[in-house]
Amino acid sequence: MRKPASAIAVHAILGLYTVLALFPIVLVVMNSFKAKRAIFNTPLQPPMPWNFDPIGYAKVFGDSAITSYYLNSLVVTTGTIFMTLLFGAMAAWALTEYKFRWNTLLALYLSIGIMVPIRLGSVAIIQLVSDLNMINTLSALVLVYTAQSLPLSIFILSEFIAQIPKDLREAGRCDGLTEFHIFFYIVLPLIRPAMATVAVFTMIPVWNDLWFPLLLAPTNGKQTITLGVQQFLGQYITDWNAVLAALSTAIIPVLILYVIFSRQLIRGLTSGAVK
Amino acid sequence: MAEVLIDKLCKSYGSAEILKDIDLKVEDGSFVVLVGPSGCGKSTLLRCIAGLEPISAGGMTIGGRQVKNLPPAKREIAMVFQSYALYPHMDVKGNMAFGLRFAGTPKAEIEARVAEAARILQLEPLLKRRPRELSGGQRQRVAIGRAIVRKPQVFLFDEPLSNLDAALRINTRVEIAKLHKLLNATIVYVTHDQVEAMTLADKIVVMNKGRIEQAGKPLDLYYKPANLFVAGFIGSPAMNFLEGHVTGSGRVEAAGSGLTLRLPSSCKPGDKVTLGVRPEHMNLGAAPGPLLQAQVDLIERLGETGYAHLRLPTGQVVISEVRGEPGHVTGDSISVGFDPVRCHIFDAAGRRIE
Ligand SMILES: Nc1ncnc2c1ncn2[C@@H]1O[C@H](COP(=O)(O)OP(=O)(O)OP(=O)(O)O)[C@@H](O)[C@H]1O
Ligand SMILES: [Mg+2]
Repeated sequence: MRKPASAIAVHAILGLYTVLALFPIVLVVMNSFKAKRAIFNTPLQPPMPWNFDPIGYAKVFGDSAITSYYLNSLVVTTGTIFMTLLFGAMAAWALTEYKFRWNTLLALYLSIGIMVPIRLGSVAIIQLVSDLNMINTLSALVLVYTAQSLPLSIFILSEFIAQIPKDLREAGRCDGLTEFHIFFYIVLPLIRPAMATVAVFTMIPVWNDLWFPLLLAPTNGKQTITLGVQQFLGQYITDWNAVLAALSTAIIPVLILYVIFSRQLIRGLTSGAVK
Repeated sequence: MAEVLIDKLCKSYGSAEILKDIDLKVEDGSFVVLVGPSGCGKSTLLRCIAGLEPISAGGMTIGGRQVKNLPPAKREIAMVFQSYALYPHMDVKGNMAFGLRFAGTPKAEIEARVAEAARILQLEPLLKRRPRELSGGQRQRVAIGRAIVRKPQVFLFDEPLSNLDAALRINTRVEIAKLHKLLNATIVYVTHDQVEAMTLADKIVVMNKGRIEQAGKPLDLYYKPANLFVAGFIGSPAMNFLEGHVTGSGRVEAAGSGLTLRLPSSCKPGDKVTLGVRPEHMNLGAAPGPLLQAQVDLIERLGETGYAHLRLPTGQVVISEVRGEPGHVTGDSISVGFDPVRCHIFDAAGRRIE
């Protein structure tokens, strides 16, 4: 048993960290419900009857474009998660399970993606996407984000797949399963926690990214929400009510996705530690 | 059920030859046990039969069908792994039905076969449990059940009992023997355990360094080991070996004393021979045959019987079984004898001389 004193210390540190991490978020959410004057005069005051003003939300939800930006973000993020998980797991399985000629070389090549940030290739990516006539399409974003997320997910999923006992795959083979059956019915269910982990940290940078939406899909109603919010940030006037409301609502979809994955995620983080 | 015929099978990993010229016949409905020291290639041979490892040369038929180039699924075999290899994300029933589902077996048929296997293995109350909610013995039974439902031509077991504790091992051993009778199955079984091998097998195959040293009925191997390796491997504690040479017709000088034995006429004076005597065929004190002088090193008492470790004048230690309560203590000088009829004789190359 841990001593109570050190337990208190640990909880105090964790509590402090939580407060620090939550402070800006709470600030944004609180102020999104306030009138413009109250935001600037008393930024730390929670919304009260006398300064309450949902004008920001009215603007955000009244603007049909914003709703479609949300949808764009959602499509791009879920599309990326799906492609990353599917191809990442398949590649990880192939690299760990099958011995073929260029195995090690291929694994090395893929891990270069972990070390070199994809943004270095922005110019080439723009050229490629425009040559493919895919500027202002969500597919372009999904493809780029999948490429960005694959290296690390392959790396992590390989580690987990390697931990699946060899006997299990061979039992599957003796049971008459094809390699695809083994992958979909034995390997995938067993690395679910790892996939949830990968899904969460694939999702967050993609959802928050401003760079590639700006480069690849900046107009034509294909903006993602992070880019869409920029329309409220003008050169001369900034509509703070709308910005704060849009940011607050932007938290919700990731939060929902996170909750979906988190049950698996927590198991994923501890299962490595216990073994 | 079917017989397995292995013909000049070779297997190498890169340049390392793991199995060399294996010839083996597993008769229809027989129980064949592979034994041998660790790393001798037992598991590899079993995996070659299963089709999990490609073979480098030679051939293999199962039920008269050449299976050399067939994948495991097409060989109509079922394998039970040492680690059980149960699918952790499925319940007991799911585990047993899994292979059948992909083979396109009708639902009713799957239900019937799973129910039958569950009845035989007494798994009925456990069908809805996950593997992690089962004890070791129960997991083992599920693994066997998964093999049974597929109605394979041949069952392959790789040390299936080695993760169980001693009591459970004896129980499960008996279960497997019963199962063999009940299903009339052809079984190839790998084990480290002498007792398992002796009690279960119709035929024991002793392997060493990738070769088969001897294959035969358990008692044949015990009473007539073909060479020194088999003699030393079968039986526990291991057979005592006494180096010696032939001095005259029927006389052998060994362990510092002259012994009279019946030797075949092929033995010439001066030939080197090795005498093998099992601990259970040695007697302290009075004996019908030759006597050796020895000093007691240690006595291990197991209850009804025990083992005396005896130091001969040459410094060699031999082990003799003792029955009842021996009155000897460490350091006593005693004489130990053995029945010459039960003594095995091997020539200089280690082969048995009849
Ligand atoms: N994939 C492999 N690559 C190279 N060598 C291997 C491979 N698998 C097994 N071997 C070698 O083959 C030999 C036989 O291995 P095998 O597993 O058949 O032994 P075994 O008789 O089953 O031993 P044990 O009783 O310890 O299980 C060993 O020397 C091992 O090192
Ligand atoms: Mg083995």
